[in-house]
Amino acid sequence: MPVLALSGISKRFGRHTALDDVSLSVEAGEVVAIIGRSGSGKTTLLRCINGLEVPDQGDVFFDDRHVDRSRAGLQALRRHIGIVFQNYNLFPHLSVERNITLGLTEAKGLPLADAKEQARVALRQVGLEDKLAAMPAQLSGGQQQRVAIARSLAMQPRLMLFDEITSALDPELVGEVIDVLARLAANGMTMVLVTHEMRFARAAADTLVFMHQGKVWEKGPPAKLFAAPATAELVTFINAILPVAAD
Amino acid sequence: MTRTFGLSEFLLILAAVRWTILLSLVAFVGGGILGFAVAIARTTSSRVLRLLTAAYIQAFQGTPVLMQLFLFYYGFAVLFDVQIDAWPAVAMAFTLYSGAFLGEIWRGSIEAIPQTQWEASACLSLGYFQQLRFVILPQAMRISIPPTVGFLVQLVKGTSIAAIVGFVELTRAGQLMVNVTFQPMVIYPLVAAIYFALCWPLSRLSRSLERRIDAGLGIKRHL
Amino acid sequence: MHYAFHFNVVWAHWRDLAQGAWLTIELSSLAMVLGLAVATACVYAKAAGPSPLRWAIAGYIELIRNTPFLVQIFIVYFSLPALGISVGANEAAVAAMVVNFGAYGTEILRAGIESIPRGQVDAARALGLTRLQTFRYVVLFPALKTVYPALASQFILLMLASSVVSAISAVELTAVTNSLQSTTFRSFEFYFVATGIYLAMALGIRAVLGGVYWIRFVRRQGA
Repeated sequence: MPVLALSGISKRFGRHTALDDVSLSVEAGEVVAIIGRSGSGKTTLLRCINGLEVPDQGDVFFDDRHVDRSRAGLQALRRHIGIVFQNYNLFPHLSVERNITLGLTEAKGLPLADAKEQARVALRQVGLEDKLAAMPAQLSGGQQQRVAIARSLAMQPRLMLFDEITSALDPELVGEVIDVLARLAANGMTMVLVTHEMRFARAAADTLVFMHQGKVWEKGPPAKLFAAPATAELVTFINAILPVAAD
Repeated sequence: MTRTFGLSEFLLILAAVRWTILLSLVAFVGGGILGFAVAIARTTSSRVLRLLTAAYIQAFQGTPVLMQLFLFYYGFAVLFDVQIDAWPAVAMAFTLYSGAFLGEIWRGSIEAIPQTQWEASACLSLGYFQQLRFVILPQAMRISIPPTVGFLVQLVKGTSIAAIVGFVELTRAGQLMVNVTFQPMVIYPLVAAIYFALCWPLSRLSRSLERRIDAGLGIKRHL
Repeated sequence: MHYAFHFNVVWAHWRDLAQGAWLTIELSSLAMVLGLAVATACVYAKAAGPSPLRWAIAGYIELIRNTPFLVQIFIVYFSLPALGISVGANEAAVAAMVVNFGAYGTEILRAGIESIPRGQVDAARALGLTRLQTFRYVVLFPALKTVYPALASQFILLMLASSVVSAISAVELTAVTNSLQSTTFRSFEFYFVATGIYLAMALGIRAVLGGVYWIRFVRRQGA
């Protein structure tokens, strides 16, 4: 039984069709990497999964149950689906620890002491245990992004979504974030990532989804897609990013 | 009978300053409570609430303060058959006035918080009031302090209009003094100086807070 | 509530009220045009003038912004005869409004001018334009476009504040309303309608100024 199933998702913004009859299913422990040009619909698809966007047509199933799009339904859903944003979106007025414990104490109702312990565990997983008391503004971009990952991780979600989380980082800070992602994947987390990081996609993803003009253009194991792309669009895309993918 | 302007006249004027300060504080606190409710109402999804509060704000921001005072004075007598004194009338009128302006300022502060903060907190499974309480309002409060202090200056100056309906605050005291001493060019500059002493420190505080907050939160100021 | 509303008394005097409203608009418009001239001169002097002049203008701005308009009116009204200038109440009112608008206008223009990229000024000077020419053609006009909304708001504030000049017996809408309600004893009705007229003027002026903005700045230059 797949953790997540998207069926026939379509979404339009005005006259622009962002998503056109997209279907996807994700099994437990699977790592799915979504790649494609800007405007291909990748981020919109991701945002449809946890309710940040509402599809015009189609269904989203989480754990074989149709997703309830009421305010209460989405609130319940987001306890099980975590998301990490491109611009981290940490709460600037709260310490790192409080950023992480907020969801635990307020949404999950945990006592503060337990929440603090879980925050410490999550930070250890991203290698930032010593930054518990720091404020976000004191951290580098890569560190802030790792805190954002820890914040989602601490909620112990069944599925984690990542929206181009390295795109806003300086190149030298990307590595530390990728390492965290690799570790999460190795530990069996179910992940859906929109990414430009082809090395990571090739190394860690179970399934690669190539999107183009709002449709799923090609789908399959990364090794197969990179070695033998079936469509001209994927060939063009790979050639465009090949210098990056090659090293 | 003409009095000459001396120490006792000066002290009389100074005593009236109490009323200016008291009126300003009462209106600021009362208006603050009202403004808070208005700001929250303006940012909910209820269209009715938003329209009602928008009308309230437009009514008090789009009409002269003097008219508001007159209407309150005479409206009360007419609608409730009760002749109220100057003090409760101006206190209530200025409270409503402050509520409109503060509500607008604070709504602006809430809306200045980026949508991404709403999204990030929603994705942590927080409910609407939890989002407001832990994420949005703390940040909004911080950036609302400079314009709120700026409004306090506007309020202190505005209380001078109460003089026209006969409430004896600083400006009215000045008028009364001029009527017996016939020295307007001594008294009115003095009155102005007292207002300046009250307002200028607040203005400077508001400006320095604004600079500090811009630097600290890295907020870009647009024109 | 025993009061019986008699709005027909108000409508019977519509001509007087309309005249009062027109006077309000006249006074405010004249004050704004003159005030804008003062503000333009001040902002230029503050940027390019000698040090003592800059300090004097800064002091003038702080003084106006931290004292009540009513007190400013009294001071202008009583100081004009002392300077040998003998004018009526309406002229004194306009003078006070010009002094007031000039200060706020200077700050608004200053913000607009500071938003002009330095490169524009450098290019103009490199082309051989004098400082004054640069200011006039390259800086002032784009700055006006940027701060137009702020100036429009300030004009509406000025128009609303003009109700206070009734205190020195200048003739505008508030003064007319006052005299009408005192002779007919229909205080609430008159103040209610007059407030409505102010509100209508405020909304109307905003619409007209918005249209002017569109015609002058958007259509001509392509935003």
